[in-house]
Amino acid sequence: MAQKSMRDAINDALHLEMARDPSIIVLGEDVSGGAGGTSGEREASGGIFGVTKGLLPKFGDRRVIDTPISESAIMGAAAGAALAGLRPVAELMFADFVGVSLDQIFNQMAKFRYMFGGKARCPAVVRLAMGAGMNMGAQHSQTIYALLTAVPGLKVVVPSNAYDAKGLMITALRGDDPVMFFEHKALYPRKSEVPDGAYTIPFGEAALVREGEHVTVVAIARMVPFAEKVIDALAKEGITCDLIDPRTTSPLDEDTILESVESTGRLVVIDESNPRCSVASDIAGMVAAKGFHSLKAPVQIITAPHTPVPFARELERAYVPSPARIEAAIRAVLKD
Amino acid sequence: MPTGPSTAPATAPALSRAALLRAYRQMKTIREFEERLHVEIQTGEIPGFTHLYSGQEAVAVGVCELLSDADYIVSTHRGHGHCIAKGCDVIGMMKEIYGRRDGLCKGKGGSMHIADFDKGMLGANAIVGGGPPIAVGAAIACRNRGDGTVSVAFGGDGSANQGTVFEAMNMAVVLQVPTLFVFENNGYSEHTGADYAVGSKDIAGRARGFGMPAETCDGADFFDVYATMGRLVERARQGGGPATLEPRITRFFGHFEGDPQLYRAKGEVQQQRQTMDCLVRFRDRVTQEGWLETAELDLIDAEVLSLIDTAVVAAKAAAPPPEADLLTDVYAAY
Repeated sequence: MAQKSMRDAINDALHLEMARDPSIIVLGEDVSGGAGGTSGEREASGGIFGVTKGLLPKFGDRRVIDTPISESAIMGAAAGAALAGLRPVAELMFADFVGVSLDQIFNQMAKFRYMFGGKARCPAVVRLAMGAGMNMGAQHSQTIYALLTAVPGLKVVVPSNAYDAKGLMITALRGDDPVMFFEHKALYPRKSEVPDGAYTIPFGEAALVREGEHVTVVAIARMVPFAEKVIDALAKEGITCDLIDPRTTSPLDEDTILESVESTGRLVVIDESNPRCSVASDIAGMVAAKGFHSLKAPVQIITAPHTPVPFARELERAYVPSPARIEAAIRAVLKD
Repeated sequence: MPTGPSTAPATAPALSRAALLRAYRQMKTIREFEERLHVEIQTGEIPGFTHLYSGQEAVAVGVCELLSDADYIVSTHRGHGHCIAKGCDVIGMMKEIYGRRDGLCKGKGGSMHIADFDKGMLGANAIVGGGPPIAVGAAIACRNRGDGTVSVAFGGDGSANQGTVFEAMNMAVVLQVPTLFVFENNGYSEHTGADYAVGSKDIAGRARGFGMPAETCDGADFFDVYATMGRLVERARQGGGPATLEPRITRFFGHFEGDPQLYRAKGEVQQQRQTMDCLVRFRDRVTQEGWLETAELDLIDAEVLSLIDTAVVAAKAAAPPPEADLLTDVYAAY
């Protein structure tokens, strides 16, 4: 099996599914790039992170559509195209741009199926690059999946590796609900074994990345590789952990988390987002409500602080939950 | 036929020798600031994403020379030029771009988020189309104070396609507030041509459709920007309401530093540097007209280079923010 980056794995999924299903279209800013340029190069970009490379030459500009910088119209057009029988993949470039286009996502595409009595389908996939770690500042670095996880009607995907990203994208493209597909920018180059052909990973099914007996660690997106590193180091001391990657925050695989906590009695949740109303606090609350009697110690929640993402390297490093903080939390939860 | 109100026959203030010298110094400072950043970015010391303004200096300076510290501007991701033109401290800006504690925003903002409220600079903005609604709000304050101040919303051809911008333009007309929308049409929305992305290919025409006067000008000609914008600013100061300027211009670098610019024809930038350099055109004009001497412009060049050098040295030597700064300037009790 080939080693592929998460960038290439998502690109793979788009190529395979677009070849299989002619109703899939891709739209967004610079998804190919070069339209109206002076060089005549019609694939001058392939997406700002290169995820949509090669799609335009293969599928043409009726299916790979460069748009103006008009995020509301991109999201709304995706919603409308989906209602009219297409399967749009709409790229929002930076997840932060949800701010510009939120109505079309949460009042429109999220609501259609339910509000129209189940008569509408809105199979739109929205791709959002997220995350701190590249010093892109307060408006290009957020991990705002909690905001959309809170909206009924949306499915929310937060892959941590290339293999999962490809399988989850193919599931998204074959489903009938709007999917918010969050791609952590720092994970784009991260490689893992990825089969060449198509495969699906069901939503709402967490991955058990490590198995252990002492602590349950739930981590999201980039926090998964951080947690792996810490857990592997602690294993040498005889401290072993279950590491659960939910892979989708909506639907959330509550059973896997609850079963693990039932056996370990201790929970650490790691989330790069801000603490209030976060997926981390949601998971902690869920375990408190449904698994209280399994808990032997207070749940440890590791998140970014309640601040915007700072620019300076030193501050951004302090903002993102670090392996050192994760290790301290695991040790702390073992003390009680 | 253009529709909408016509421009009142107001005129820009005449330019004194001192004003000409100042305008040149400002444009040169922007150019050297950006050209130096282009070099310094290669060292890897500058964090994040940087979008350079080289080539567009005559727009920022032609507009901001008409403004005082009491007037407001909002800027974009490509904001260094607007900041300098509005009077932001160059050393403080450089420190901000390096992510230093005594940068203009304490290292918390970075290249895309420089602001200086003492100078009426309400912030660069990393959201395309984020600024114009803010400028309308500032203009409500200007109108209500009744002191003749105005707000200017800088944006590019890309921002001209954002719904937020359309809403801001309509509201400015409805409220008759003194907002000037400046769409610097540099030909490219990121990696996509403006001729493709702006459906009507006529941003000024769209603005007229909202019911405000709008003009185009040569963005590489300081005098054209200054005179054209001068009429619109004076009109707004006198209570005439909002207006739009669409300077036609180019950028000498990519969308961001590191952009391979595959969408641009080979040799395009080189050719534009030869024909659309606002500094060369300014120098030619003022020396041919006999308004300024070459020697005094050369002296400014030397002083500017020295200032930029001082700024870079200071920024490199400056201390980063301490970790405790992470939790300041926000209600962070969690």
